[in-house]
Amino acid sequence: MASFSTTATLDEPQVSRGNEGGAPPIFGGGDDGRAGRGLPDYPTRLRRARLGLLVALTPVLMLFVSFTSAYVVRQGLPTVDPRTNQLVRDWIPVKLPGLLWVNTLVLLLSSVGMELARRQMKVRAAAVTTRQMGQVPVSAERKAPWLAITIALGLSFLLGQWMAWKRLGASGFYVATTPSSSFVYLLTGAHAVHLMGGVVALLVAGLFVLLRRPVTTRSIVVDVAGWYWHFMAALWVYILCLLEFAR
Amino acid sequence: MATHELAAHAAHAHAAPQGFIRKYIFSLDHKVIGLQYFFLALVAVFTGIFLSLLMRIHLIWPTASLPFFGEIKPETYLSLLTMHGTIMVFFVLTTAPQGGFGNYFLPIQIGAPDMAFPVLNMLSFWTTFLGFIVLVAAFFVTGGAPLHGWTGYAPLSALPSAGPGEGLGADLWIISIAIFCIGALMGALNFITTTLDMRAKGMTLMRMPLTCWAWFVTAILGLLAFGVLLSAGILLLMDRNLGTSFFVPLVTVNGVLTGHKGGSPLLWQHLFWFFGHPEVYIAILPAMGLCSQLLSVFSRKPIFGYKAMVYAILAIGFLGFMVWGHHMFMSGMSPYTAFAFSIMTMGIGVPSAIKTFNWLGTMWRGKIRFSSPMLFAIGFVSLFVVGGISGPFLAQPVLDIYLHETYFVIAHFHLIMGVASIFGIFAATYYWFPKMFGRMMNETLAKTHFWVTFVGAYAIFMPMHYYGMAGGLRRYSQGTEVAWIHKLAPIQQFITFAAFITIAGQFIFLFNLFWSMKKGEKAADNPWEATTLEWITATPPPHDNFGGITPVVHHGPYEYSVPGAPRDFVMQTDAPVAPKH
Repeated sequence: MASFSTTATLDEPQVSRGNEGGAPPIFGGGDDGRAGRGLPDYPTRLRRARLGLLVALTPVLMLFVSFTSAYVVRQGLPTVDPRTNQLVRDWIPVKLPGLLWVNTLVLLLSSVGMELARRQMKVRAAAVTTRQMGQVPVSAERKAPWLAITIALGLSFLLGQWMAWKRLGASGFYVATTPSSSFVYLLTGAHAVHLMGGVVALLVAGLFVLLRRPVTTRSIVVDVAGWYWHFMAALWVYILCLLEFAR
Repeated sequence: MATHELAAHAAHAHAAPQGFIRKYIFSLDHKVIGLQYFFLALVAVFTGIFLSLLMRIHLIWPTASLPFFGEIKPETYLSLLTMHGTIMVFFVLTTAPQGGFGNYFLPIQIGAPDMAFPVLNMLSFWTTFLGFIVLVAAFFVTGGAPLHGWTGYAPLSALPSAGPGEGLGADLWIISIAIFCIGALMGALNFITTTLDMRAKGMTLMRMPLTCWAWFVTAILGLLAFGVLLSAGILLLMDRNLGTSFFVPLVTVNGVLTGHKGGSPLLWQHLFWFFGHPEVYIAILPAMGLCSQLLSVFSRKPIFGYKAMVYAILAIGFLGFMVWGHHMFMSGMSPYTAFAFSIMTMGIGVPSAIKTFNWLGTMWRGKIRFSSPMLFAIGFVSLFVVGGISGPFLAQPVLDIYLHETYFVIAHFHLIMGVASIFGIFAATYYWFPKMFGRMMNETLAKTHFWVTFVGAYAIFMPMHYYGMAGGLRRYSQGTEVAWIHKLAPIQQFITFAAFITIAGQFIFLFNLFWSMKKGEKAADNPWEATTLEWITATPPPHDNFGGITPVVHHGPYEYSVPGAPRDFVMQTDAPVAPKH
């Protein structure tokens, strides 16, 4: 498979030791060694966390793709009416509460707040790492409580969704009333559970402030939570469109 | 003399734990977690074997009264069948090759100190463990374990009143699967991120051992498949407990309308098999990667067609998502749809044949060392070919409609998915035991174990093909009441006695495993003279895998019998070849 020259001796495995500098390996390259070993630096940790998030979002996406598939299939299915023995449709379109649009606005605003919090934290992390490198620190101490605002808006959204459920129930649509109402509860509920995960991540980031964890660590948590939050906002817009326009 | 490449290294991402709890129970070390998965799978496999033993006894002595169990009723037989399949598929075939050996060796083989997210790794194991406990708990609740088979077809699985075991037992079954999905997803996340982001210097993708490729692609399959199974499980739980009708049509149980209407049992089948077929590859791809590795190591030859093997793994993974409909030919699907699924299914034969050809090419004119890992690797190839060859039969809708409800299908998937994968697990155990425990397993016992298992597997499953073709129906707890099946009883008796002997043979393995941990011969760091990174480190590996050393990779993983080399293998970290002038 490989060509070989006898100019190299092969008595023992070749390894690296210590932090003594040295040239990169002759054949190393491509996607090699970007990460290095041990506790990596901030950019590496950030990249790894983002990659992890990207991978983690895949099954979430698959979950909702699967629900959508079930939605489309179930919508087109007739059922037998036991009284007449005829095929009938049991899919009764649900009129969504107007509150959901308000909730959508709240979630989109929270996404804006999240982005500002993410950028704010990133600037601060950059300032810290610059300071560590002995360079002139970047002034990044302007503090607006974007993280707290995002958490508040997120919780408001969840509360709004709960109230929307109440209104749905008041209008006679419960989870088993009709397959369309089953999907409304399923999709909004599954989204809410995932968003709660985002709220928990943001609370953890807030807790890190109290615990005086390094700014870089907080920045990574907020960054990843931020992208997750944006995904949740986009996912919600998709769900709302599905429920509203494919009734 | 060796020259040393120099590179920075920092402390391990998490310090070596000291207390027993942090070191062995809630460990963040991928090696400990790998062993935890391995021992969980070991408990699960013997549980599953025990259930199959009860089934085999019942099939030939249906009225026998067993100690502690009494007479096995038909519904109990179905519970045994369900739990055997579920335990084996999820907690053995998915858990051991990926969670066990993958966890232990993926980071080491790519030169990383640990998985990308150690806490998540620990959580994935304990989530899986919880899933197993919840599943086994189904045996002990009112009504017992569910009857609906490991595929959980609705409406049987969706109606608590449909039979004993379909109450709380079925709820626990679904919850267990959902928990397992979450654990598997966490694991897949770690495998993919680790492979993409934590490879050592010089470990390009095309220098990765085929084991790593297999674990990587398996993780991608899991990432795409388990989310779908989770969604199906949520819908099923809602049908059962909230009165929705996703999967349940207008149906009566004992003459009473259930209150459901309009749901589609076929929707469950589509969602389930969209997961279920890739699951076959989740079970067997790691074994394929491992056996590629072993055939090269023990033939002292480079793997034949490394790139073709990589592309074949990718092709199998991709095509694995295109063929789920072949499990549903019986459902009355359009002939055109069936035709498409049939063609795609047979298409998988192409990368599978490439792999088989390359395995044979690797062994061809090799200096083969018939050590126990190699025997199991060759056994894997044999079972893969024999079990796989009946796949194109079943891929034909017209043949499948005849064979689908028979033991032919049981024989097919047990050979290809069950026993072949198990051979991969055995091969991995014998191969990596010295690295994991610092001692060698007893070779005589290992070879005895191989021959008993190899001959036993064929003795069990080859007659089963004939039994199926002759009309022997699966899922029937008793064949005594049906004339033509009754005539086939001697085949069932032969299979059961073969199973007794084969199961007894597994205790040789069990004894060898635990005996060798304490009494086995001390292992050298590289007892098989292999090239990959796990063999450059100490035995067992230190906490950070390489003892504060950063491996730098200069060679591919299969450089054996290289012309001009001073020995017949070139470690991946050996000095680079200087250009000729």
